[in-house]
Amino acid sequence: MVSPITPTAAGATASSATTIPDVVIRLAGNSQDGIQAIGGFLARLAGRSDQEVMTYMTIPSTISGGPSIFQVRMGSGEILSAGDRADVLIAFYQHSYQDHRASLRAGGVLLYDSDHVTPNPDDKEVTAVGVPMTTATVEAVGGSTKEKGKNIYVLGLLARMFDLDVPKLNQLIKERFGGKNEDIVRNALLAFDAGYAYPAENLRHCLYRLEKSTAPAGGRPQVTSDGNSVLTYGLLAAGVRYGAGYPITPWSSIMEGLRVELPKYGGLFVQCEDEIAAISTALGFSYGGHLSVTGSSGPGLSLKMEALGWATMAEMPLIVINVQRGGPSTGMPTNIEQSDLLQAIYGSHGDCPRVVLAPKNVEDCFYIALEAGRIAREFSTPVIILTDQAIATRIEAFDEPDLAKLMVQVKPDTSPRVPEFKPYPLNDLTRHAPPGSLMTSGEYPTVTGLEHDEMGHPTANAFLHTKMTAKRREKIKAVAATLPVPELAGDESGEVLLIGWGCTYGPIREAMGRLRAVGVKVGHLQMRHIHPLAPGLEEIFNRYKHILVVEINDEGLYGFGQLATLLRARFCNPAIASITKTDGLTYKISEIVECVATKIDLPENTILARKQSILASAR
Amino acid sequence: MSTTAVLPTPPPAPGAPLTKKALTADHPTWCPGCGDFAVLASFYKVLEKLQYPQEKIVTFAGIGCSSRFPYFVNTHGGHYIHGRALPFSAGISLGRDDLHVFVFGGDGDGFSIGGNHLVHTARKNPRLTYVIMDNSVYGLTKKQTSPTSPLGFKSKTDPWGALDQPINPMRTLLNSGATFVARSHATQVNHMVEMMLRASQHDGFSVVEILSECVEFFEGAFDGAMPRKGGTWSLIDLKKNDGSPEDAARHDPTDEVAAFKLASEPWPGKFGVFYENKTRPTKNALEQKLIANTREKTKNASDLELLSKTFARLR
Repeated sequence: MVSPITPTAAGATASSATTIPDVVIRLAGNSQDGIQAIGGFLARLAGRSDQEVMTYMTIPSTISGGPSIFQVRMGSGEILSAGDRADVLIAFYQHSYQDHRASLRAGGVLLYDSDHVTPNPDDKEVTAVGVPMTTATVEAVGGSTKEKGKNIYVLGLLARMFDLDVPKLNQLIKERFGGKNEDIVRNALLAFDAGYAYPAENLRHCLYRLEKSTAPAGGRPQVTSDGNSVLTYGLLAAGVRYGAGYPITPWSSIMEGLRVELPKYGGLFVQCEDEIAAISTALGFSYGGHLSVTGSSGPGLSLKMEALGWATMAEMPLIVINVQRGGPSTGMPTNIEQSDLLQAIYGSHGDCPRVVLAPKNVEDCFYIALEAGRIAREFSTPVIILTDQAIATRIEAFDEPDLAKLMVQVKPDTSPRVPEFKPYPLNDLTRHAPPGSLMTSGEYPTVTGLEHDEMGHPTANAFLHTKMTAKRREKIKAVAATLPVPELAGDESGEVLLIGWGCTYGPIREAMGRLRAVGVKVGHLQMRHIHPLAPGLEEIFNRYKHILVVEINDEGLYGFGQLATLLRARFCNPAIASITKTDGLTYKISEIVECVATKIDLPENTILARKQSILASAR
Repeated sequence: MSTTAVLPTPPPAPGAPLTKKALTADHPTWCPGCGDFAVLASFYKVLEKLQYPQEKIVTFAGIGCSSRFPYFVNTHGGHYIHGRALPFSAGISLGRDDLHVFVFGGDGDGFSIGGNHLVHTARKNPRLTYVIMDNSVYGLTKKQTSPTSPLGFKSKTDPWGALDQPINPMRTLLNSGATFVARSHATQVNHMVEMMLRASQHDGFSVVEILSECVEFFEGAFDGAMPRKGGTWSLIDLKKNDGSPEDAARHDPTDEVAAFKLASEPWPGKFGVFYENKTRPTKNALEQKLIANTREKTKNASDLELLSKTFARLR
């Protein structure tokens, strides 16, 4: 298990390496090639080196097989998106080469498996380097493992190309495969070393070094994870100890995480027979006095709607997660879309006001879970978290949260209740007395989906229905009063205000930078509180000529995306317009820049898009 | 068994026995003559016998005439949506093992819209008692065919008589894996009390189906089991394990196949305990064991220690 290449060997190649601020690497192969593992290693390494990192992944919805890509962008500055186009393309197969060659910037590097790929010989726009990845892996590992380990071989190649930290990578490999057979760790390290030892003269035009991170010393340690995992940990920090769910892509990994994690915390997650049973069981936990969670993707949220209406009527706290995917119906289960916003806000029968939140990136999944917990408990209401396929699966590096400060403990309050206790007071917030609470009045409360009086007794009294409807509405308005004015980036007034929610955060922020670089006065506001809206928006909106709402959903019958529709209805501001798309992918920075340019009639030649790879300019 | 002690009007003195008076809440909204009144009266008797602390009792229900039940019982409780009271109540039971959870509903709630939940709750075996008041008709919505309406029953949705094969509740429950399955009749108060009492004392998912006549929309539905209407009231003769020759013919409630045979007898069939499985662990117990094992592995680490460790692995 001794590496034939000592880490100092990296220093020898580094002398001829050029320094670059950041790089976008796209790995293209099939889903069983372990491409995500390479991406994961690179992301974790970047995180451990205090580099910013962002990944982008597509997974085929088939169980095994089919093309798959993983894109990782790492660098020393603030990385907000996975990058529109790649500087390095690693092509495992001819189809990978053909499908993804166009994603490679001019001056970039094409690294291909010469056992499987024959690139176009006339293509002089990129530096093509053929490496016999398959045969070299088989030679290095030997035995009957065949080409398994090809991904780790490529990781070795990349480590050489970008002068990556070999001891740290070896450590990551050992951690990743450590729980398994010793042979697997040995084979992985053999494959890695073989890739790393690939004769440097063949790569001599392609040796780079990432700029040292300028991260301030003494900050919190960097952690690297995906959105669904971080949301899971956020729920644990928010005091969620009980939950129930039903499997659906891309929500399942949250329920799998909770099922394993919650027993450690003395809690419990139940896999139910269907989506309706899942929310019902979760509401049973809530009724018992716990903070509980259920979740799904769009189709499952639709199934939960009747029960969500009950939660509003009975005023029961609950966190509901919707990891959005392409719809309607089964739609595009592994693609990105933000088309459940109106369902989340309005999707039940009756007047059913509720809270809807959206995390802006992987890190924010942690904080949005805490915010959901706060609102659910304080206002005894269901809170929906709208995340999406993009945030759910991509890996980002971020500052480790200050858990000691942030963690919340939630325990059922079964203390005896005063004789005046009412579950549904008209002049106050509902605070349920969970079962086990002695009622000193001798009168026990009923929670119900029927319209009720202050004690929970059913009533069809018109006066009470009006009063109780107002109580439920005013409660959600009271939530709004606790919210901060959203954070504004860029120009505080001017030509364009870009508004986004969810996974569009990074691309919008970078698009803002590009537009400001050519002299357009642009601001950016990412909305985390979708319903109710945070205060202060009207005043902000009034400071811009154009308010463009960027979202991944359809423009609808009247030409506006779902958030844009809501904002226009709320503010009656004709400056609000929409930038939408439904191609199942995250926004590219250039797409947003181009749409904005069209909307504000910016001359085409003023748009500054980076066409050349950073690798070309480095040479 | 009801106590005769004079009790103060609410609140009852701490430690005072739980009486019908303390347990009575809103006046029932059922039609005069409805079978459900007797079920309610029997349930008060059961609670009087059990003497659980009042605050530890939970009564929940779905939607339907019988599902109004929790409003009439002065305990913690509530009224959930149609057909979903079982998964809701499973959540109560699994999240709060200290409570005594009772669920009430009708045949539409239990066997039709909630049919899948019945099967899966039985499979999971949470600790709770489910009382199905079967009237073989949709009463609250005024006479539509229910999943237990007999073939030929003339309803507003089948004016020419029901065409679809009715569900056999006992066979459905047995097949789903319910660990306590019993059947009773709303005109047999002592029997109802006995069945509900045994069900509450069962450690697991216990179900009592009670034939409870809807006098408005299906009058005489269960006359076949009422001697004063010319029917036969036939009790299950439970095995006494006394070694006597006649004991061999008696029903062994742990015998699933025998239970199926009983359940397949022609209408009106028998009443009593069809099946009782005392060995299958409850989901409450299984999950508690899982938690205990996991906590042992993590050496009872605090929540903060656990989550800090998770984040340390992400560095």
